[in-house]
Amino acid sequence: MPIHEKSLIRPENLKTSGESLVIDGIDVSGHWSTFIQSRVVRDYDESMEQEIAALPGGEYIHRCWQCGSCTNSCTVNAINPDFNPRYWIYLIRMGMKDELLRDKDIVWQCVSCNKCTYACPRDVVPEGVMKATAHWLELKGHTAKSHSTVFDEIFSGQVIATGKIEEGRILRGFFRRTGQVLMQDWVVELVRRMIRHIPVGLLMRMGMANVLRPRTRGWGRARAALEEYVHEQEARHRKALGLDHPAE
Amino acid sequence: MEQKYKKVAYYPGCALEGTGHSYNRSTKEVGKALGLDLVEVENWNCCGAMEVKNIDPKIQTYLSSRVMSIAANEMGFDTVMAPCNGCYHNLKKAEYDLGQDAETAEVVERLSTKAGHETYKAGQIETIHALDWIKDSLGEEGIRQRVKGGLKGLKVANYYGCMYTRPRHIFPEKDKGPGSESTLKPHYMDDLLAAAGAENVDFPLKTACCGGAHTLSDSDTSTRLVLNILRAAEASGAEVIATECPTCHSGLEMHQIRAEKKLGEKTGVKIVYFTQLLGLALGLGARQVGIHENVSDSLGFLKQKGIA
Repeated sequence: MPIHEKSLIRPENLKTSGESLVIDGIDVSGHWSTFIQSRVVRDYDESMEQEIAALPGGEYIHRCWQCGSCTNSCTVNAINPDFNPRYWIYLIRMGMKDELLRDKDIVWQCVSCNKCTYACPRDVVPEGVMKATAHWLELKGHTAKSHSTVFDEIFSGQVIATGKIEEGRILRGFFRRTGQVLMQDWVVELVRRMIRHIPVGLLMRMGMANVLRPRTRGWGRARAALEEYVHEQEARHRKALGLDHPAE
Repeated sequence: MEQKYKKVAYYPGCALEGTGHSYNRSTKEVGKALGLDLVEVENWNCCGAMEVKNIDPKIQTYLSSRVMSIAANEMGFDTVMAPCNGCYHNLKKAEYDLGQDAETAEVVERLSTKAGHETYKAGQIETIHALDWIKDSLGEEGIRQRVKGGLKGLKVANYYGCMYTRPRHIFPEKDKGPGSESTLKPHYMDDLLAAAGAENVDFPLKTACCGGAHTLSDSDTSTRLVLNILRAAEASGAEVIATECPTCHSGLEMHQIRAEKKLGEKTGVKIVYFTQLLGLALGLGARQVGIHENVSDSLGFLKQKGIA
C-alpha cells in the first residue's frame, strides 16, 4: 500500500462531511472528518520507469522502497510542499504519467543539495532521479527547457569549448537566452557594493577576462573527444525514449 | 617527522579566478604565513562545477580526472588541495566513481586517450579541502602559536554548505570518530577559527543549502534559502558568517541584497571567507586578504572591532 499523505489528495477527490452527506446511496451525515472518493486508474504508462532509468541519474530508481526519507530531508520541499521526490518516484514506478505531469513545471527546481542522497537507505540517488525526470519531461516535450537546463547548457558548452568558464560571459548569455533584463535593481545594487572598495587594477583585470577568455591550452583534442561523446549520448537517450521515429 | 601537507598541488578552479578572487588571494597569503607551499596545477581545466553533471555525469568525472592526472602524472604530486567546495566535491566524486564503476573508468580512459594525456587511475591522488590542509598540517595548536592579534572574541557562524559533506560515501575519511571531520556536524572551520580567537556561536544551519545551483535560474528559491541562513545566523548571535566555498559566499552576498530589494528583508550579518579571518588573526593586512572585495561591508566592521 503506497503512502498517501492527505496533502496529496486532490480537493476534487475529497468529500468532507457537512450537514448531510450521502456516498453511494448511504447516508453518512454526522461528525465525520473526510472521505476519499474512490477512483479507478487504467492508463498506466509502463515504459516511463525504464525510460527515466535510461537517463543519467535515473539508474537506481528501481531500488526505492518508499520510506520517504528523501522528501523528509528535502530542501525544496521545506519551502514548497508540492515538491515531493518520494511521491514522484512512486508515480514513475507505477507508470501514473498524468499524475506526474501535474507537477511537470517544478521537478527541475531540485537544488542538488544531496540531502536526499545522504538520507536514502537504498542508494536510489534521488537527486539523480530528479535530474533524469526533469530531462525526461523536456525530451518528451511535456515541458519547455527550464532556466536551469538553459544555464547548464551555456555553462557546459563553454567548458567543453575552452576547458574553463568565465562568469561574466555565462551570466550575460543566460540573461539573454532567457529574455531577462540584466540590470535589475538588485543586480545594480550588487555591482555598486562590489566596486565600492575595489581598486582600479582589479577592475581592469576582471574586465580583461572578458576580452582574453580564460582557456586551457591545447584543449582542441579534449574538445573534439567531448563533443563526440555528447552526440553519442544524445543519440542513445533519444533511442531509449523512442524519439527517433518522427511518426510517434 | 615531516610535516603533513607541507607542499601540495593547488587547484584554485574557475570561481577563484572570478568572483572568488579574494578567497584565492587569502588562501595563498595564509599558506605563506603558515609556511605551507602551494604549487598550482599546470594548465588546469574546469572540474564541471554543478552544471556539467546535468548534461552528463561522466563528462564531469573526466574533467575532474584530467586535473588529478596532471597533478599526479605530470607534476608528481600525491595530494591536491582545492579550496572551492564544488571542485573539492567533484574531485572526490571522480575518485569514488573511478574506483567503483568500471563503465565510468572505461569512458574516462577513452576520453583521456583521445585528448592526448595519461589516464588518471583511482588512488593516485588524495584530494583535500583548504580546511583539511590547515587543520591537518598545523592543527589548532599550530594556529594558536602563530596568532598575532587574533579574532578577539568575534562571534562567528561557521557555514559549510552542501558539497563539503554530502553525499557521505565520497568522503571515506570523514565520520571516523574523534579527530576526524563529521558529515552531520562539521567542525574543522569552527576548530581553526576558535584557535584564532573567535567565539563560535551555536549555528543550526551549518550544512543547509544556499540554493547555489539555481542562484540565477531560480533566484526566488535561492533568496528564500539564503534569507533563512542569514536570519538563523543573526538569531544565533553571529556578527559574521564564515564561508569556505566561493559559490556559497557569493550566493549569500548576492541574495542578501536581493532579499533586501525584493522582499524588504534587511540583514546586517557580514559574510567573510574563513581564510580572510584566519589571515587577519595571523597579522596579515586587510587588503592582503582582500577584505575590501567583500560585498557585505565587512571592512568597516572589522576595523571597528580592532581585528582588521
